[in-house]
Amino acid sequence: MTIYSWVAILVTLGLAVLIAKPAGLYLAKAFDYEKNGLDRWFGPVERVIFHASGIRQGNQTWKMYALSAVLSNLAMMLIVYLIFRLQGFLPLNPSGVSNMEPTLAFNTVVAFMTNTDLQHYSGESGLSYFSQMIGIVFMMFTSTATGVAAAMAFIRGLAGKPIGNFFVDLVRAITRVLLPMSFVSALIFAALGVPQTLASSAIAHTLQGTEQQIARGPIASFLSIKQFGNNGGGFVGVNSAHPFENPGGFSNMLQILLMMLIGTSLPFAYGKMVGNAKQGRVLFVSMLMMFIVMLGVLLSAESAGNPAFHALGIGHDQVSMEGKEVRFGMAQSALFATVTTATETGAVNTMHDTLTPIGGMVPLANMMLNTVFGGAGVGIMNVLMYAMIAVFLSGLMVGRTPEFLGKKLEGKEMKLIAVNLLVTPFLILAPTALALLAYPDTISNPGFHGLTQAIYEFTSSANNNGSGFEGLGDNTPFWNIATGVVMFLGRYFSIVVLLAVAGSLAAKKPVPVTSGTFRTDTALFGGVFLIIVILVGALTYFPAIVLGPVAEHLTLRP
Amino acid sequence: MRNKKTMLSPKIVKNAVKESFMKLDPRLMIRNPIMFVVEIGFLITLLLIFMPDAFGGGVSRGFNVTVSLILLVTVLFANFAEALAEGRGKAQADSLKKTKKEIMANKLVGQQVKQVPSTELRKGDLVIVSQGEMIPGDGEVVEGLASVDESAITGESAPVIKEAGGDFSSVTGGTKVISDQIKVKISSDPGESFLDRMISLVEGAKRQKTPNEIALNTVLISLTLIFLIVVVTLPFFGNYLDIRIEVPVLIALLVCLIPTTIGGLLSAIGIAGMDRVTQFNVLAMSGKAVEAAGDINTIILDKTGTITFGNRMASEFVPVGGAGLADVSAWAAISSVKDDTPEGRSVLELMRKQGLSYDAALADGGEFIEFKAETRMSGIDLRDGRKVRKGAVDAVKKWVIAQGGEIPADLDPGSDAIATAGGTPLAVAVDHRVFGLIYLKDTVKPGMRERFEQMREMGIKTIMCTGDNPLTAATIAREAGVDDYIAESKPEDKIAVIRKEQAEGKLVAMTGDGTNDAPALAQADVGIAMNSGTVAAKEAANMVDLDSDPSKIIEVVSIGKQLLMTRGALTTFSIANDVAKYFAIIPAMFMLAIPEMGVLNVMRLGSPDSAIISALIFNAIIIPLLIPLAMKGIAYKPMSSSKLLARNLFIYGVGGVIAPFAGIKIIDLFVHLWI
Repeated sequence: MTIYSWVAILVTLGLAVLIAKPAGLYLAKAFDYEKNGLDRWFGPVERVIFHASGIRQGNQTWKMYALSAVLSNLAMMLIVYLIFRLQGFLPLNPSGVSNMEPTLAFNTVVAFMTNTDLQHYSGESGLSYFSQMIGIVFMMFTSTATGVAAAMAFIRGLAGKPIGNFFVDLVRAITRVLLPMSFVSALIFAALGVPQTLASSAIAHTLQGTEQQIARGPIASFLSIKQFGNNGGGFVGVNSAHPFENPGGFSNMLQILLMMLIGTSLPFAYGKMVGNAKQGRVLFVSMLMMFIVMLGVLLSAESAGNPAFHALGIGHDQVSMEGKEVRFGMAQSALFATVTTATETGAVNTMHDTLTPIGGMVPLANMMLNTVFGGAGVGIMNVLMYAMIAVFLSGLMVGRTPEFLGKKLEGKEMKLIAVNLLVTPFLILAPTALALLAYPDTISNPGFHGLTQAIYEFTSSANNNGSGFEGLGDNTPFWNIATGVVMFLGRYFSIVVLLAVAGSLAAKKPVPVTSGTFRTDTALFGGVFLIIVILVGALTYFPAIVLGPVAEHLTLRP
Repeated sequence: MRNKKTMLSPKIVKNAVKESFMKLDPRLMIRNPIMFVVEIGFLITLLLIFMPDAFGGGVSRGFNVTVSLILLVTVLFANFAEALAEGRGKAQADSLKKTKKEIMANKLVGQQVKQVPSTELRKGDLVIVSQGEMIPGDGEVVEGLASVDESAITGESAPVIKEAGGDFSSVTGGTKVISDQIKVKISSDPGESFLDRMISLVEGAKRQKTPNEIALNTVLISLTLIFLIVVVTLPFFGNYLDIRIEVPVLIALLVCLIPTTIGGLLSAIGIAGMDRVTQFNVLAMSGKAVEAAGDINTIILDKTGTITFGNRMASEFVPVGGAGLADVSAWAAISSVKDDTPEGRSVLELMRKQGLSYDAALADGGEFIEFKAETRMSGIDLRDGRKVRKGAVDAVKKWVIAQGGEIPADLDPGSDAIATAGGTPLAVAVDHRVFGLIYLKDTVKPGMRERFEQMREMGIKTIMCTGDNPLTAATIAREAGVDDYIAESKPEDKIAVIRKEQAEGKLVAMTGDGTNDAPALAQADVGIAMNSGTVAAKEAANMVDLDSDPSKIIEVVSIGKQLLMTRGALTTFSIANDVAKYFAIIPAMFMLAIPEMGVLNVMRLGSPDSAIISALIFNAIIIPLLIPLAMKGIAYKPMSSSKLLARNLFIYGVGGVIAPFAGIKIIDLFVHLWI
């Protein structure tokens, strides 16, 4: 790796770490129901929205909150489903895209509403501008807002405050966080050369005299919320590998920063909201450590190159560039791949399918753990769930009924957490087994790599990521429906269950902190947290990882 | 109960072995879902021995038989652990039941005495118990005084005095009157007596899972289900790669991964925890109470009898008004010659210690004046007409003034100084002259300071309750090292303090014996009543200390913590073990189809079959190896929670990762000799 690559990585990550805390404090303030300075700026607009939509702003119970989130999301899905199914008849369709097939429309709607953005279609040929702008971009905002709102409610519950109001949080997430940031970054992207137009595909006449259609459209505005909201669905099929969706080094760096922003700032927002800044920092540092290890593995695997090529006498001194964009190089591709899976965004600037076996294992592992920052909102919820498991075990080991933020973790909470812990492995492993058994012909590779493709697809779906190990023939009724169901359950089951945990904890009387209390804001606790995350993750997915990437790596003969 | 400390008799072990087989009954097994999964695994492999082709087979019968046997042994080991713990409780119950033989009671019907069996006695009945007879049921002495041998319950052989009224009126069924005669009002219906409750408790018949046990069990079941998903989906993965994974191998993997170690020992840990409390001669009414004891934030302790010896001892003579030390000490001694109170004796004791002398003959033939609540003085009227008095300073002052005496100017400063220092001043006077003061000191029991220091490290706040004035209370509190105190406390104050602490979310423990302690005992999260106390106190409490030693509450807290820690440590150990087991079994599963997988065989185990068998054997024998730890509880020294966590995490977490690597390797060296 060149000095330039190192500097680019360090500068990008350095900036990400630097802005995380102020951004977190801003988030905490934006969702604080106490009057504060932000109300002056956003209050008037929000009041109009609340008034027009008839939203009563009172606090909800956790049940009402969860119900509001799920039902409103369902309603949005229904509307956008109709748009996709009827896009051929709707306006803003200069390229004449036809109506979407039902299972694909189902899959796409669920994918975007769940913040997963799994794409079994190709943006340039599958969706009209109307579908992209009114359907996709609409859901990109609301799904992110739903995730952030759920996280805020969850954190409020842990802090022992009222859960809040879903609709207020949803609106605030959009007005105070998503819209301003997306607007500004869209302008920057446009300045960096990303198209923003409603004109149809450009027609180019090549030197050979043939005609070439070049897809374009309102990409800059799409791109900003795609990355900032950890959505990840590309305007065009190849996502951020396309020169229009990621023209160069600066746009690449900005995209990485946008992807990391919400995930890295939420631990600080959490620390502020529960009144224990140190604990937020401990969680942030723990996640950052996992991130750095993951990035290191990916970088070293890709740097080592492909032994099969080396055996042919080519590229002895070269890193693996297969499937990567030359304008980003190996290092920026590896960084992007780590970030997009760690933050459960799912945008790609390189094809994960063509990473080296161990390199490809990193995005997979990031998604399986789903605690290396994680997606907008739901990431911190998952992290806090693991923190509770860590607290439970540590509490037992110091001889106290475990307590987290002064609330005792008892049978009821542990039951909910235990069920939630169980669901993700089930959603990944069971459908993968089914796909391997019944639909092996849709998997483009035989052997270990094919196995990884199938596991990757369901891992990505269950954890709201959305990136793919391309090569999978995934636009079939089976894959559309199976991943659709997995995405839906992976998202809403966990949100509802964790809100139930928060509701249950919020109702408890806080236990005072004494010197006998096990502290959860120390490096020691960070260590226990990491051990639990890695142990549970490793024990659950070890066989799958061994039979997929590890076996592929071991059998990769020069 | 004292002599039950011998852990295992051959009889208990023999019964436990028998019980382990009885517990194989699936209807009983299902109560422990983790071991139930192992039993199902055993049944499937058993089926495969006789029908090798049931799942399209392909493993040797020998391998099948071996796996099947190890699984059976694993379940038996877990059952044995539970049976052993239960057995020890049963042995205690049996010895108690012997006490509970049919007793003929002398029931009072009207004015007549009628002989009835004790089982026919109801609450409210009156019985007469005379010398040499057994008390037929729990009750309260309403008339008379008797010495009672309670050794059947407490193990204490010295008889205790029981009398009507006051705090020593409660008697327990099955204890024996060794002198005099008492009239007892029965306070419980048959089957509900103290002894009955005790028997059912130690027998474990009424044992309910505690909240923490339920929470942990949920997590363990969830882990079991996760591994079930992992193992069930694995053959499909293999199938796609054209690798066949045999059913016994899958079952072996599953059993190794699910937390059988903690699953097998969990109930034994709970029962043994209760048992440890019982062995400590404290009777917990529920496992929940023991667990709650581990969580205690605040302990409320009576000063007298718990923190201090309670007797005020003379520790210094302070002359006033120009008198010499010899005068004051001599007159103090003369006033105490015939005084049998501890204070009086301590004055003579102090004389001896300080080598002071007095003329004992002076007191000969004198008339001893007893201490009375009205006069608050005691003393002696000498033959020569002089009157010697010692007593409360203001009382003595009044007495001296009444005889025309003067009060020396340094009396009040002197007595204030003593009070400030935590002592009680007694003034000594002869007729109209005050000679000086006796400094009575309440002595803190040795070792209390260290104990409170430990409690602070455990994060427990100690509050001392005393009837003393604030100055005295403050001094004793400082001397003993308690965190807080309530002076001049009345019984209601205790409840107020408990409520206040509880309102802050704290768990509070307290000890008490009197009837007026009962509401506070009921209000406290952990209330320990003294066995010598009243029935009301015992009923309100959730633990009864048979030795009536109030300071034992500290040990009970330790046992509660130890119980939780043992669970946590063994859970961590159990899960950490999985890492090594994966590295034993996964390469073994795939090495034939993918020879490169040999790289993962880090332990260099002999052969695939040997690797799987070795992992399974390790998984099975770790259960009996850990039984002593589960029964005894892991070592607990009071220290800060971070230190404790770091220590246990290192021993049971890191140790839990390393131990099986070594264990499986060693077992493999032997197993590989055959396969």
